[in-house]
Amino acid sequence: MSLTNTKMMSSEEIYRIGIDVGGTNTDAALLDSKLHTIHTVKVHTTRDVNEGIVESIRRLIEESGVNPAQVRYAMLGTTHCTNAIVERKHLGKVGLIRIGAPATTSVPPLADWDETLKAAVGQHAYIVHGGYEYDGRTIVALNEAEIIGCLEVMKGEVSAVAICGVFSPVNTSQEKRIEELAKQVLGEDMPITLSHEIGSIGLLERENAALLNGALLNVIAGVVKGFEEALHGFGIDAGVYICQNDGTLMRSEYALRYPILTIACGPTNSIRGAAHLSGLNNALVVDIGGTTTDIGVLSQGFPRQSSAAVEIGGVRTNFRMPDILSIGIGGGTIVRVDAAEDRVTVGPDSVGYELLKRGRIFGGDTLTATDVAVKLGRYTWEGAKTEELDEAICQRADAIMTQDIEDAIDRMKTSAEPVDVILVGGGSILVRDKLEGVAQIVRPAHYDAANAIGAALGEVSGETERIYSLDEMTYDQAMEDAKRNAIEQAVLAGAVRETVQIVLSEDIPIAYLPGNALLVKVKAAGRL
Amino acid sequence: MTNFKLTELNEQAVQYIAVGAAVLGTGGGGDPHIGKLMALQAIRKYGPVRVVSPEELEDDALVVPLSMIGAPTVMNEKIPSVEQMTKPLELIEKELGRKVSAIMPIEVGGGNSLVPVIAAAERGIPLLDADAMGRAFPESQMVTFYLDGIDCSPITMADERGNGVLMHAIDGVWEERMARAITIQMGGSASICDYPVTGAQVKASAIPHTLTLAYEIGKILYESKDQKQNPIEEMLKHLNGYALFHGKAVDIRRRTEGGFTRGEAVFEGTDEQKGRTMRLFFQNEFLLATEDGESLAVTPDLISLLDQDTGMPITTENLKYGARVTAVGFPCDPKWRTPKGLETVGPQYFGYDAPYVPIEQLTAEKGGAQ
Repeated sequence: MSLTNTKMMSSEEIYRIGIDVGGTNTDAALLDSKLHTIHTVKVHTTRDVNEGIVESIRRLIEESGVNPAQVRYAMLGTTHCTNAIVERKHLGKVGLIRIGAPATTSVPPLADWDETLKAAVGQHAYIVHGGYEYDGRTIVALNEAEIIGCLEVMKGEVSAVAICGVFSPVNTSQEKRIEELAKQVLGEDMPITLSHEIGSIGLLERENAALLNGALLNVIAGVVKGFEEALHGFGIDAGVYICQNDGTLMRSEYALRYPILTIACGPTNSIRGAAHLSGLNNALVVDIGGTTTDIGVLSQGFPRQSSAAVEIGGVRTNFRMPDILSIGIGGGTIVRVDAAEDRVTVGPDSVGYELLKRGRIFGGDTLTATDVAVKLGRYTWEGAKTEELDEAICQRADAIMTQDIEDAIDRMKTSAEPVDVILVGGGSILVRDKLEGVAQIVRPAHYDAANAIGAALGEVSGETERIYSLDEMTYDQAMEDAKRNAIEQAVLAGAVRETVQIVLSEDIPIAYLPGNALLVKVKAAGRL
Repeated sequence: MTNFKLTELNEQAVQYIAVGAAVLGTGGGGDPHIGKLMALQAIRKYGPVRVVSPEELEDDALVVPLSMIGAPTVMNEKIPSVEQMTKPLELIEKELGRKVSAIMPIEVGGGNSLVPVIAAAERGIPLLDADAMGRAFPESQMVTFYLDGIDCSPITMADERGNGVLMHAIDGVWEERMARAITIQMGGSASICDYPVTGAQVKASAIPHTLTLAYEIGKILYESKDQKQNPIEEMLKHLNGYALFHGKAVDIRRRTEGGFTRGEAVFEGTDEQKGRTMRLFFQNEFLLATEDGESLAVTPDLISLLDQDTGMPITTENLKYGARVTAVGFPCDPKWRTPKGLETVGPQYFGYDAPYVPIEQLTAEKGGAQ
C-alpha cells in the first residue's frame, strides 16, 4: 500500500473515495482528480457492515492526511442487497400489479419463487387487464376501477409497489398510468418500481426483478443513510454514488429507487479497476482472492456480460451480469499430499481469513497455496518459515494450480490468439510470470485494491433495449435511434453530455416475427 | 435404451422433460422455461397428468396436437392465458362433433414439448407419449403426418383476447403460410391445433415414446451430474448418440432472413481434439456440422450442443464466443430419411449443398467413436 506525499499537492486538488464491501474484506481507495491512486486500505467486513465502512474511511483520511473538505465524490459498491435476498432478511413487503390479463394467466406472479422468499416479500400480487403487443399496439385498455380495487387491498400491507406490464419496454404508458393511480390510492410517498426501468424483454424475469427491487428499498435506504452519515462524521461533503453491476455509477437518489442494480457489483469493480490501473481496454482480468479466482473479460473498458439467465437467491431475472468464471484457487487454498498414492491435490477448500494463523510459513499446520508461492520465491514474506516445506511437493502443487488457471483463462478467451492478462487481488502473487496462451501478464500497482479503485472511477451509464422493424427503417437508423436513447439515459443518470460514449451495442434478430424484427441493446457511459 | 415408459407426469417429470426437450430442440424450438412453468402450475392445481402410449389408444380415438406458434421471444413476454390453451381444442371438437381422447405435443424439441400439459390438466384428458417430429423444426409442414399425407385440417387457433380461428388448408405448406399470417395479427404468438388424427393414424405415423425419451435424457443429465459422472457420456451410452466434436466456439455469425435466424459457428478442437475445426450451420436449429468440408452430421439427423461442464444444452441464440461444447448427434426417425422426408427437411430444403448421409454412416466412415 502506498502513501504519496500529500504536501506536494495543491490545496485546490479534489479527491474521491471508492469503497467496495465484499464478503470478507472492505477495501477503500482514495483517488485524485486525475484518477491517480493516492492511498488504499483493507479492513475486515464487519457484521454490521457500516462499521467496516466507517473504519475504512477513518483510516483512509488519517493515513493519507488529505483534508476531508477536499473529498468531493464518494462511491460505494456493496453486497448488502445480495445478502438481504440470499438471507431473506430486512426485505420489505411488495404489492405487485401485473398488467397482463387476459394474457399471462397461465403462469401467475411468483410462480417460481420458493416459499420463504414469497413469505418475506409478500402475497399481494394481482394480474389486471392491459398490456401491449411487441409492436406497441394495445392488447386491451386498462380498467381503472379494477386497478384501484387491487391497490385499495394493499393499503397498510405493503411498503412498496411494483408494476410490470406485457411489452412495457416497448410502450411504457400503462405502467406510468398505474403509477399515478397507485400514488393517488397509496399516497405520494409510496415507493413504486416500474419494470421497464430496470429490466428487458422477458415478462417473468422483469417482474421478478421489479419485485426484488421493491423489497430492497429499505435495505438500500439504510446503506445510503449509513454511508452519508459516515462521510459527514469525517467532515466530508461529497456527492454520493452507488456502484451498479454493469461497472457504472448511479447517484444515491437514483440508487434509492433502483437498489436491484447494485447486485453483484463486486466483480465488476475489480474488472474496471484493473482496466484503469493497467491502462488496458481489452484483456482478461484474473482476480485472485483468498478462496477463489474470478476471471472476467474486459471488453472496450467494460466487463463482458453473461448471456445466461441469472438467478438471484433462486429467482430467475434477466439482468445483465458480468460474465465471471470462478475456480477454487486462492491464497488460502489447501494443498494436500497423499504419500501412499504419491498424489498432490489442490483445493477446492481454503483456510480463508485464517491464513495468517494456519498457513505453514506462519507457523500453522496447513499447507496452502501461499506457502507454495513463498517457498518458490514468488513472494517474500519476512519471517516466513519455508525451510521445512518440501520443494518437490511445492513444484507439483504449483504445476496443478498453473494448469487450472491456464485452463480457466483459455475458457474465457474469445479466440485462440494470446491475450493480455491483468492480475489483481491479494492472491495474485501465486501466479508465475509466464502462462500458456497469454501474451503478457500485467501486475498493476495497487493490485490488491483494484475493486475499490474500480468503485471510485465514476462513469455513469444509460441503456436502451428495443425491438425495431427493419421493414420500416434501415439498420443504421435503428441503431442510431437506440444510441440516441441510450445517450439521453446516461445524461439523465448524471453523465456530462460531452463525455458520453457508446460502450456496448448489440443487435439480435428475433426469429418468427415479420418485418425482420431486430432487438437492439445499447449502453452509453460518460464521466461525472 | 430401457423399457421404461412414462405413465404419469408429475413435477419431477416436467423438470426432466424440459431439459431433455432442450437437447432434442437441437439448438432451437424455443426455451422450454415458460412451457415448464405453465405445466408445473397446472400440475400443482390439478395433480399429475396421465400419460398414455400410442399402443394404448383405440384406433378410432381422436388425438389432437396442441402447440404454440410464433416467436419464442414474444411468448416469453406475452405469456399465454389459461383459456387460450383449451380454446383450440374446443373449436376443433365443435367442428368435428366429437370429444378429444388425448392431447399430444406436435414437436418434442424445445418449448412446445410441455405446452399441451396445461390443456390436458384443465380438461382431465391424458397426454400422448409421442410427437410428429422427434425433434424441433421451424415450419408447420415439417411433421411426419405431412409425409404420410394426413390432412392437416381442420386447424384451429386462439389468442389471449378470445379470438378463435377455424381454417381448412389444402396441405401443410398452405397451413404454414396462413397460420403464420394469422399469428402476426394475433401479436406474434398464438395457440394452435392442427393435424387432428385417429388412434390408428398415430400408430402408423407419429413418432412414439418421445416424451419418455426427453424424460430419460433429462434424468440422465441431472442424475449423472449428482453422481459426478460425465453426463454427456452417460447420455450417449444410453441413447445411441454420437459425440461429434469437443471444442470451443471461436466465431459466430448470425443474420436475419425471412423471420429466421440463420448463421454459422466455428469451433476449434480442445484437449485431445486440438487442431480440428468444426463448422456448424443453423437456421433456428442446428442443421449441418462439417469438418474440412466434409459432413459430420446433416439434417434431419439431430445435432445438439452441450455445455462440457454441465451437460446442459446450448441454443443457437445463447451460443457465444468461448463456449466449451460437445456437439452430439442422434439418428432421426426413419420417416425423415425417405425421399419425401428429405425433400421436406433435408439439407437442400434449407439451402445447403451437402448431400444427406445418415449419421451412422458418416461416423463409421470416420472410424468414429460410440
